[in-house]
Amino acid sequence: MLQIDCPWCGPRDETEFSYGGEAHIVRPSDPDATSDEAWADYLFMRTNPRGRHAEQWCHAHGCRRWFNVVRDTVSYRIEAVYRIGGQGPGGSHDPA
Amino acid sequence: MSESPRRESPLAGVGSQPVVGDAATVRLAERPFRGQLNLRGDVASPTFVDAVTGVLGGPLPVQPNTVADHGEVRIFWLGPDEWLIITPEGAGSDLKTVLQKALEGIHFALSDVSSGQTTLVVSGPDAGSLLSKSCTLDLHPRAFAPGQCAQTLLAGSTVLLSRLDRAHGPEFELVVRRSFADYLWRCLADGAEEYQPA
Ligand SMILES: [Zn+2]
Repeated sequence: MLQIDCPWCGPRDETEFSYGGEAHIVRPSDPDATSDEAWADYLFMRTNPRGRHAEQWCHAHGCRRWFNVVRDTVSYRIEAVYRIGGQGPGGSHDPA
Repeated sequence: MSESPRRESPLAGVGSQPVVGDAATVRLAERPFRGQLNLRGDVASPTFVDAVTGVLGGPLPVQPNTVADHGEVRIFWLGPDEWLIITPEGAGSDLKTVLQKALEGIHFALSDVSSGQTTLVVSGPDAGSLLSKSCTLDLHPRAFAPGQCAQTLLAGSTVLLSRLDRAHGPEFELVVRRSFADYLWRCLADGAEEYQPA
């Protein structure tokens, strides 16, 4: 089991959290003016990397806040945890 | 033909008798019918903070996983913009009215959740050991002291756990969902059997 460091509550067991997929996906600001291809890309296409992955987690059984995690998909090692709106390693962040 | 509505603890029948007697090192009890209000608002807004502090007689706990006691009212940190206010029985709806009035015109949310949750009390020298059977948090007083609280999993259910400062030994309060109260009570009672005097 992973131990995840909630940016509010501190380290807790993985069972307290729920997974929310890849982080930093930007919703097209004007869906009506967005091509079907770009919309499908926003909805369905994910990077699915082997290695370092920025992803969203929610402390579902704790403070119920969403936050970002950078996790290695091979070793499962968690490299960084940062709040929504916060700055991740390498400058990754949520859309403004 | 109509009967007047009657409130009933979710542990009616199960929880009316303490499962483990006074001589045991773990005791279970319920504190039913307390007023419970869920408050949300922005602590960066001085008008919100001032209004709430004025009504409650003291500040909201802003440190994660801490509790503030103001008179008979206990306030639990639930999130950076969310708190649970627990009042003695019968005082919840009055406090809600006063808070609502004080917060008029300010961005906030206030919900009465009294009937959706109840409180289980686990006390006695072995209270921590009993809870540790089904909770992975470190409950040693060094790591989890009076004044701290935690929303976590106990036997697979979400609970709001806190330790009370009692001279007579450890005492934990568990605020639990109404629909999980019966299950959790039975789990705890089962786990407490080994602490019962022979
Ligand atoms: Zn948390």
